[in-house]
Amino acid sequence: MKRTCPRLVKTGYDGPAMAVLEVEIWRGEGGDGAWRRYAVPHRANQTVLDVVTHVQRHIDPSLAYRFACRVGMCGSCAMTVNGRPRWTCRTHVSRAARKGRLRIGPLRNLPVIRDLAVDMAPFFEKWRDAEARFVPPPAPAEEAVRPDEPERMAADAGIECINCAVCYAACDSVAWNPDYPGPAVLNRLWTLVNDRRDGDRDGHLDAAGAGCHLCRSHQECADACPTGLNPTAAIAGLKREVFRRALGGGRREGRP
Amino acid sequence: MKEAWLFAAQRISAMVMAPLVLLHLGVILYAVRDGLSAGEILARTEGSLFWGAVYALFVVAAAVHAPIGLRAVLSEWGRWRGAGLDIAMALFGLLLLALGLRALAAVL
Repeated sequence: MKRTCPRLVKTGYDGPAMAVLEVEIWRGEGGDGAWRRYAVPHRANQTVLDVVTHVQRHIDPSLAYRFACRVGMCGSCAMTVNGRPRWTCRTHVSRAARKGRLRIGPLRNLPVIRDLAVDMAPFFEKWRDAEARFVPPPAPAEEAVRPDEPERMAADAGIECINCAVCYAACDSVAWNPDYPGPAVLNRLWTLVNDRRDGDRDGHLDAAGAGCHLCRSHQECADACPTGLNPTAAIAGLKREVFRRALGGGRREGRP
Repeated sequence: MKEAWLFAAQRISAMVMAPLVLLHLGVILYAVRDGLSAGEILARTEGSLFWGAVYALFVVAAAVHAPIGLRAVLSEWGRWRGAGLDIAMALFGLLLLALGLRALAAVL
């Protein structure tokens, strides 16, 4: 891929002339705000989170943004970078910038608190309402769960979600339909439906049935997921299993 | 469960229509090869059990498929939800069915 080639400008920071990034950052509270421009020195191996941190530490300390681990484990630094939701800590400027320009905004589909910090409550409320969590069975299954059995492999394919809401921000169906629970919740339900140890498969399918048909299979979630999961495939699986249940079918052969 | 049934009905009607659309387009290409006339069309369709069955199936599948898709578009882009939308879409489906069967009856 062609590396971006930022303009050479004197910044006053590091003595000699150095490359400068033109950065636009969304500033404002609640629904009001505007893009504001900043000049940030471009450094080798710089991440978008480094850029935001530079603005807050050296240019405007009032900038609000959220981060924690800085190494792609917590998912709290997700923002919209040049139109695409990303983990800013795992996004190199050289990959995201276009002609030395970056436009950094808050995540879509969630209410903005201030600047780059969004209110994650609607995202987690949908999670809670769908009861997308493990339900212990009355008695634990005695048969061991084999790592290579099909259900376990289907569950494992979606298990690494860390609830960063990047898929939720990428999804058009979320934007169009307030009732749609979003890709992350449905992906989690799919892992539970495939988990033989879970005690409420039917309850999870009922919860999925209330929302999975609002997915339009655009695959924006799969395209955006920083951990490379495919929630669209999980949702397609839920649509199949929900219909199987509507037909009166229970668990497939071989399931306890 | 209603959504699950609508989802299945739309997918199944799509599966029915896919080959019928290809057949329909193929026949159009074939039929217009040396001009198109009402007489030629009627000569093919009148009294034909095969074409009657093909287009009856086509009409039914389209009458099932289209209202479900339109319902999704209206609810997402038009913010129209609830029983009113469902009733309107059922009526739209019946309208498509009536128009299609009427057209079919005219050429058989």
